[in-house]
Amino acid sequence: MADIIITSVLSMGGLGLLLGGGLALASKKLAVETDPRVDAIIEALPGANCGACGYPGCSGLAKAIAEGKAPVNTCPVGGAPVAEKIAKIMGMDEAIASTERKVARVLCQGGKTEAKVKSEYHGIKTCKAASMINNGPKACPFACIGFGDCKKVCPVGAITMGENGLPYVDEEKCIGCGLCAQECPKDVLALIPEKNEVRVSCRATMKAKDTRAVCTAGCIACKQCEKVCPFDAIHVNNNVAMIDYEKCRNCMLCVEKCPTGTITSTFAERKKAVIIEEKCIGCTLCAKNCPVNAISGEVKKVHKVDQDICIGCGICQEKCRKDAIKMVRNGQKDCDTCTAVK
Amino acid sequence: MAKELFFIIIGSIFVNNFVFSRFLGNCPFLGVSNKTETAIGMGIATTFVLTMTAVAAYFIQNYVLAPFGLEPFLQIVSFILVIASLVQLVEMVILKVSPALYNAFGIFLPLITTNCIVMAVALLIPMNNYNLIKSIALGLGAGLGFTLALALMSGIREDLEFADVPEALRGPAIVFITAGLLSLIFLGFTGLVPLA
Repeated sequence: MADIIITSVLSMGGLGLLLGGGLALASKKLAVETDPRVDAIIEALPGANCGACGYPGCSGLAKAIAEGKAPVNTCPVGGAPVAEKIAKIMGMDEAIASTERKVARVLCQGGKTEAKVKSEYHGIKTCKAASMINNGPKACPFACIGFGDCKKVCPVGAITMGENGLPYVDEEKCIGCGLCAQECPKDVLALIPEKNEVRVSCRATMKAKDTRAVCTAGCIACKQCEKVCPFDAIHVNNNVAMIDYEKCRNCMLCVEKCPTGTITSTFAERKKAVIIEEKCIGCTLCAKNCPVNAISGEVKKVHKVDQDICIGCGICQEKCRKDAIKMVRNGQKDCDTCTAVK
Repeated sequence: MAKELFFIIIGSIFVNNFVFSRFLGNCPFLGVSNKTETAIGMGIATTFVLTMTAVAAYFIQNYVLAPFGLEPFLQIVSFILVIASLVQLVEMVILKVSPALYNAFGIFLPLITTNCIVMAVALLIPMNNYNLIKSIALGLGAGLGFTLALALMSGIREDLEFADVPEALRGPAIVFITAGLLSLIFLGFTGLVPLA
């Protein structure tokens, strides 16, 4: 019995040693020089192999980045954190690499009840096919056709079709790959920075009268948004309002002013500035910079924000050197000691 | 001898096709039979590994296991060891010799390690007391049979893409049904070759 145990241990051990040694030798002899950065980049990428970058899988992209053929922030799924990691691997400045997260948004409100239909469509039920016939069944040539090509192409199931025939994007699920924006024949979907909550949900460049005739939710280029914007961030160009996403601070004044409800925001209410009492040293910096004079208070005393006036632009938060101001949305409670005035 | 070799090869390709008659290697059979091109690539890679394994298994069996009387319980363990290292070696050699071929094989090469046809071939050799030449013939035949199965299936599946399949049967369901029908067809080869 002991014999068998010894022979089996020896033979298997010897076999293992032989094969292992052979493999070790082979790996030395047959070693192929690979870029160590490629492996490091593969490690940093999400590894979902979704192909949103346009390369065959994450390893394909890693190779391209290491060879310098693709920029470090090519991965739309990983966004800024992944881009920073890859930038480090590639020895680049992190600041250049960072990208803000973008999400797909629907820039049309012409659903079944809002937009007029000019013809009945009985063909193949895809937006692409429908758009080829007389510019689509809806009277507005810019309107969402509503067969959900975007929903079909979404790799993460972030898009659902609402009852009104318009797509709805779940921004938490959206990975910002832009496939829906590519697929949509009407360019209704667009990638917009996530931090920008306000957008103009219409792209119709017809004259006001013509837009009004085909859709109740279309932009009529009244320019009221332009006048009300404190940051010069919205302008009417070519008969439709456009937001400069760099300048917009989500104050939502234009959303409230828009007579047709064309300008919409992700959230129904704006954020409000609240001052954390313990941290405020009464430097008046916030009050001086507030564009709507919502902040009052004497020097060296705790300041107060008039919640009725505050438009939630967040300038005071940026200016405050003591981190004493928080932007809080109604209903959200992430600050216990804030002097909320309401 | 030549007749016997012919019987072994034809037998393992048609009569005892490892996929359709022995129901081995079903995972890669269903997994990589989407496209004919990749299917044939996988088939060739597997054939190569199978032939190599047959040689290795013959030597392990006759020069390590049999002399020491270890065959009943160490057979599987040692074969797993050999197959795994063999595939590793093959991968390294291909990467060195032909990176293009390596890229073409891609993920299939390491996957072959877990293909149970490889294990079956290794175990069939001592079971039938094959000599070296016969072992190689069995490995080659098994590989060709697997390639044939993959090629047939991928061809059918490519056409199936355009077929009007009932909704409930779409996807893997219709593939399993197709595989079953193919298996029935291969049943017709029974008796073609008098097999040992």
